[in-house]
Amino acid sequence: MAVAAVLVRRPLEQVSGLLRRRFHRTAPAALQVTVRDAINQGMDEELERDEKVFLLGEEVAQYDGAYKVSRGLWKKYGDKRIIDTPISEMGFAGIAVGAAMAGLRPICEFMTFNFSMQAIDQVINSAAKTYYMSGGLQSVPIVFRGPNGASAGVAAQHSQCFAAWYGHCPGLKVVSPWSSEDAKGLIKSAIRDNNPVVVLENELMYGVPFELPSEAQSKDFLIPIGKAKIERQGTHVTIVAHSRPVGHCLEAATVLSKEGIECEVINLRTIRPMDIETIEASVMKTNHLVTVEGGWPQFGVGAEICARIMEGPAFNFLDAPAVRVTGADVPMPYAKILEDNSVPQVKDIIFAIKKTLNI
Amino acid sequence: MRKMLAAVSRVLSVVAQKPASRVLVASRHFANDATFEIKKCDLHRLEEGPPVTTVLTREDGLKYYRMMQTVRRMELKADQLYKQKIIRGFCHLMLLPMQEACCVGLEAGINPTDHLITAYRAHGFTFTRGLSVREILAELTGRRGGCAKGKGGSMHMYAKNFYGGNGIVGAQVPLGAGIALACKYNGKDEVCLTLYGDGAANQGQIFEAYNMAALWKLPCIFICENNRYGMGTSVERAAASTDYYKRGDFIPGLRVDGMDILCVREATKFAAAYCRSGKGPILMELQTYRYHGHSMSDPGVSYRTREEIQEVRSKSDPIMLLKDRMVNSNLASVEELKEIDVEVRKEIEDAAQFATADPEPPLEELGYHIYCNDPPFEVRGANQWIKFKSIS
Repeated sequence: MAVAAVLVRRPLEQVSGLLRRRFHRTAPAALQVTVRDAINQGMDEELERDEKVFLLGEEVAQYDGAYKVSRGLWKKYGDKRIIDTPISEMGFAGIAVGAAMAGLRPICEFMTFNFSMQAIDQVINSAAKTYYMSGGLQSVPIVFRGPNGASAGVAAQHSQCFAAWYGHCPGLKVVSPWSSEDAKGLIKSAIRDNNPVVVLENELMYGVPFELPSEAQSKDFLIPIGKAKIERQGTHVTIVAHSRPVGHCLEAATVLSKEGIECEVINLRTIRPMDIETIEASVMKTNHLVTVEGGWPQFGVGAEICARIMEGPAFNFLDAPAVRVTGADVPMPYAKILEDNSVPQVKDIIFAIKKTLNI
Repeated sequence: MRKMLAAVSRVLSVVAQKPASRVLVASRHFANDATFEIKKCDLHRLEEGPPVTTVLTREDGLKYYRMMQTVRRMELKADQLYKQKIIRGFCHLMLLPMQEACCVGLEAGINPTDHLITAYRAHGFTFTRGLSVREILAELTGRRGGCAKGKGGSMHMYAKNFYGGNGIVGAQVPLGAGIALACKYNGKDEVCLTLYGDGAANQGQIFEAYNMAALWKLPCIFICENNRYGMGTSVERAAASTDYYKRGDFIPGLRVDGMDILCVREATKFAAAYCRSGKGPILMELQTYRYHGHSMSDPGVSYRTREEIQEVRSKSDPIMLLKDRMVNSNLASVEELKEIDVEVRKEIEDAAQFATADPEPPLEELGYHIYCNDPPFEVRGANQWIKFKSIS
């Protein structure tokens, strides 16, 4: 009798399981995509959409990209659209800007943004300022992209975050994606934008998979530049971050949730123009603010957010001074223990949140 | 005596007649064209250079003369306005040495659909590339009628296929190579003239641009305007090699007499043909001579005699050179050219009037033109309460 029951129960379970699966299959399937592949897809789609778009940089073509971000693109589009350059940042960045002035839509890759310093004159003086200086006559539709900020064990000259430096300059747009959805939507918006856009990617995020929601799988999926996203709703404290630290903030939020503290985590997505309104609305709700970034503290992204909060309506809603969590104020050291303590860790974020909540 | 009187009356009647009849008189009196010998160019990695003779038509001659005079007078006027403090900041002029032959000669060697980019000594090029003296002077005086609406000033003027006007020494050279890349990418047979001075020639990014232009065979004509001084530093003190036309190493080069507009024109035609044939970049050095001190504050007489200066001036003045050629070959009369002078002077005066009377741009527009094609947004002023609207 028991055996018969089992014999009946199993198929019934299987049938109901099938029914359940079929029901889920009608809903759109979310895809697991790494940040690297998301950027790759975004570029691929834009290269296909507009023949004026092309990619240049070191190792982007035959090597498939130093970090394999442009994998497969040279095979698909060839020498004309995917161009390997010599090691000449100032030269090829200038060439890219000139091409943009003449009507093409270049994507200029810096192998890391540390090397963009050699070309920074072209980014700022030739690209960012030109539309203004020409009284609106000469636009520069260019994208500068590449990994930014700390990596793992690459030491001081290869670990600098440029969010504050580029975010300083009128005429530039600066975005800093965290997730795959961010990366894809922002690179596509950047390429379609008629202005110079700096896309600050993160090498440690390249290999991280995220669920790409269905709308992000569309070839016309764009994320507007200048809008932040609330990744997690909360009531007790507002945490604002960009790039990789967003993940750390969400981790901190999970830990704190168990202690009854609900954090609202804002993913800035764009450094310039900054969406201060979203931050203000959140602070007016939570009365507490913590900013988190990988870059150095002085004159950084967090410093700017704090200054603007003071100037706006949210100031009167603060129950405690705004607090910043940043990289340590040192050139990045090499030894693991030193490097680990030179970047904001989850424990540092939790500590800062508790301090501001006076817990 | 009678012959002289007849000649005088003929001249007077020519002058007094209406333009239509003067043309009739002109075609009777003047040659249609003339052939001139021009200096042979020094060559680097080239088997052949530009021709050593060229034909100048009367029409072209008059056009070049007018253009060069316009540039000269415009720069003189800018000089005057600068001394009156109506023009502020930087004002790099083409007066010393006289570089009018460069901008007019280069333009004569290319098509309007070709592209040109230069550094900050750009007013002449802005004119030859198609903007009016009015818009140029009004930009220098920072008025709303300026070609950049007063936002750019002397060093940041743009026109169709003219990319400025660039303030950072040397930065314009990779930009020019990039414009050439776009020319090749679009497949339209256009070339880009990329100008820089002897001072800029020592910038590293120029060598990076040479390398990539040669590697990718970009249709870029690199042009070094050598006026022998980078600000206060003579070429001998700045460059280990002053053979600027050879500095492109693997890029073929030619050294051109930059004071002779016909030489410049022929060399440009030659260089453009080279690039258009897909052979890659080429380098031109335009030699201009310094007869004067570096700037208006250095009269340059402490180490030279006035007679010497006068002699060099008359031998090297590109406008005088063209005038002499035309008059001596019966392509034009002295009076005719004098009339052009008068017309040009009037044009400059009118433009200067406009440039001084036109109002400054409205303060409300301070925030305009930050981004292209964007919806309006707010720009912060000197404090948090001062906000400017930004419109694309």
